[in-house]
Amino acid sequence: MKQTIIPLGPYHPLLEEPEHFKLYVEGERVVDLDVEIGYNHRGIEKLSESKTWDQVPYLVERICGICSTSHPMAYCLAVEDLVGCDIPKRAQLIRVVVCELERIHSHLLWVGLAGHFIGYNTVWMWAWKYRETILEICEKLTGNRNHYAMFKPGGVRRDFNKEQIEYGLERIVEMEKPIRLLTDAILDDPVIHKRLKGIGVLTKKDAVLYSALGPTSRGSGVPWDVRYDEPLDGFKDLKWKVIVQKDGDVFSKGVVRLLECFESISLIKQALVSLPEGEAIDADIKEVPVGEGCGRYEAPRGEVFHYVRSDGSNMPYRHKVRAPTFNNLPTFKASCKGETIADVALITASIDPCYCCTERVAVVDKDNNERILREKDLLRLSVDKTNNIMKKLGKTPPLYNMEI
Amino acid sequence: MSKKKNEEVMKDLKKKLKNKIIDIVQPREKRIYIRVEPEKAPGVVEYLFSKYKCKFCTATGIDMREGIEIIYHLAKEDKNMIINVKTLVPYSNLEIDSIGKKILAFRWIEREINEMLGVKFRGHPDMRRLLLADSFPKGKYPLRKSFKHSDVTDEDYDYERSGI
Repeated sequence: MKQTIIPLGPYHPLLEEPEHFKLYVEGERVVDLDVEIGYNHRGIEKLSESKTWDQVPYLVERICGICSTSHPMAYCLAVEDLVGCDIPKRAQLIRVVVCELERIHSHLLWVGLAGHFIGYNTVWMWAWKYRETILEICEKLTGNRNHYAMFKPGGVRRDFNKEQIEYGLERIVEMEKPIRLLTDAILDDPVIHKRLKGIGVLTKKDAVLYSALGPTSRGSGVPWDVRYDEPLDGFKDLKWKVIVQKDGDVFSKGVVRLLECFESISLIKQALVSLPEGEAIDADIKEVPVGEGCGRYEAPRGEVFHYVRSDGSNMPYRHKVRAPTFNNLPTFKASCKGETIADVALITASIDPCYCCTERVAVVDKDNNERILREKDLLRLSVDKTNNIMKKLGKTPPLYNMEI
Repeated sequence: MSKKKNEEVMKDLKKKLKNKIIDIVQPREKRIYIRVEPEKAPGVVEYLFSKYKCKFCTATGIDMREGIEIIYHLAKEDKNMIINVKTLVPYSNLEIDSIGKKILAFRWIEREINEMLGVKFRGHPDMRRLLLADSFPKGKYPLRKSFKHSDVTDEDYDYERSGI
């Protein structure tokens, strides 16, 4: 059969950053896929070599708007590994609270967008409504809705006062019920089951081979979670479990994300209750000796890895940053084969929770005829598929207008 | 942090990789650093990934005075250990065997080290640029210490290659 190349991108299919996918298609089926990245390369590693140890957290915080605590966290852990100092328990628990709040809002963001993309705008509105409460807690506890600037090598910058802790506890307990409602509504829906199950399957073997991370690996039955594998001292006393699903499809990845929200809520509650009174929040690192250190932390999308090397000066000699998507993107080569174009857009979104800006697909065949599919058309393809499933199940598709 | 180190993995690796490594140290409880010759590094890393069941974290290239140091970071999750395999590729011969030709997970990071630091990976199936623009001048490596921003001017960019 004639092979056609479909460019998906470069600015951008469903992921957060500009990426360009070349889909090799036979008819409607994708037979191969090529990913090009680098449209948004900002040279942060080079820039980091010209910042002092204390300035770097501000820089790495801006790598990603959603994972804005995980990068500073991994960097601080790397520097602390290099220095070899112990962090006060209160500081560690404050870090846990901020990181878990980030995880909930990131997962809810993804759930909302995935819902929107398959034509469930109610899921989208609900999830984002609840996400708003989480952002309010973030604002009350850290002073910002995003880019919290809470972490520094050796501890945290700001302490929680009594009023903040009470507010945080009250609001987070409040959140459990609505998120439970949302989760049950999604997991009980036969249409969502039919639409998302068996799509974009990443087998356990492939997940290990590509070293997939975060919900992508845990959705495929590989129980890798840095919080469990390399726990902080503050994490050891808290009770929680790693969520693992076996099937490896888009549905499993969604279930992992939804169920992780409850673990995060439970972790925040435990951490806020057990904050030790009157302890310092900073180990006060005076200087960074010659040496090297690795730090890693579980971001909402997977393990963030930072490596720093010091030559004894006030700046890193080398600072390597590896975001989880770097390992997760190549897995599409395994999970997209044999799927339809309507699903590929969803599968590419299944590892990573953001899509914004324009999406466009240009269909090019050998005679150089070009057809541009814009965001609207891509959305239409996906929603049509959901509506067809609904009709087959004897349900009436929703009447709302999809021309957004 | 307990001061007593868990040396089980360390002893195990020492025994299994006896002839292949220069030295092995465990400076902190959960970190192991292995130094190997560049010819043996891919073999050691492949062994750790495939047989010793380590997770691939990433690889780092560092510009040292004598050459480019490549560190492969692997995580042994069931033992809570990060194993770092270090090798120094000398400036006189900036080449090392590719691991990506066998193990898919290493392909992207090798492309990145190639364009950022100029190390050639022998046998890599797909050595296109990953992060840098297609129009970025050839033979300039931004992560080397000798690289200055003023080294690349607007005239150096080859816009024809990127199709602009």
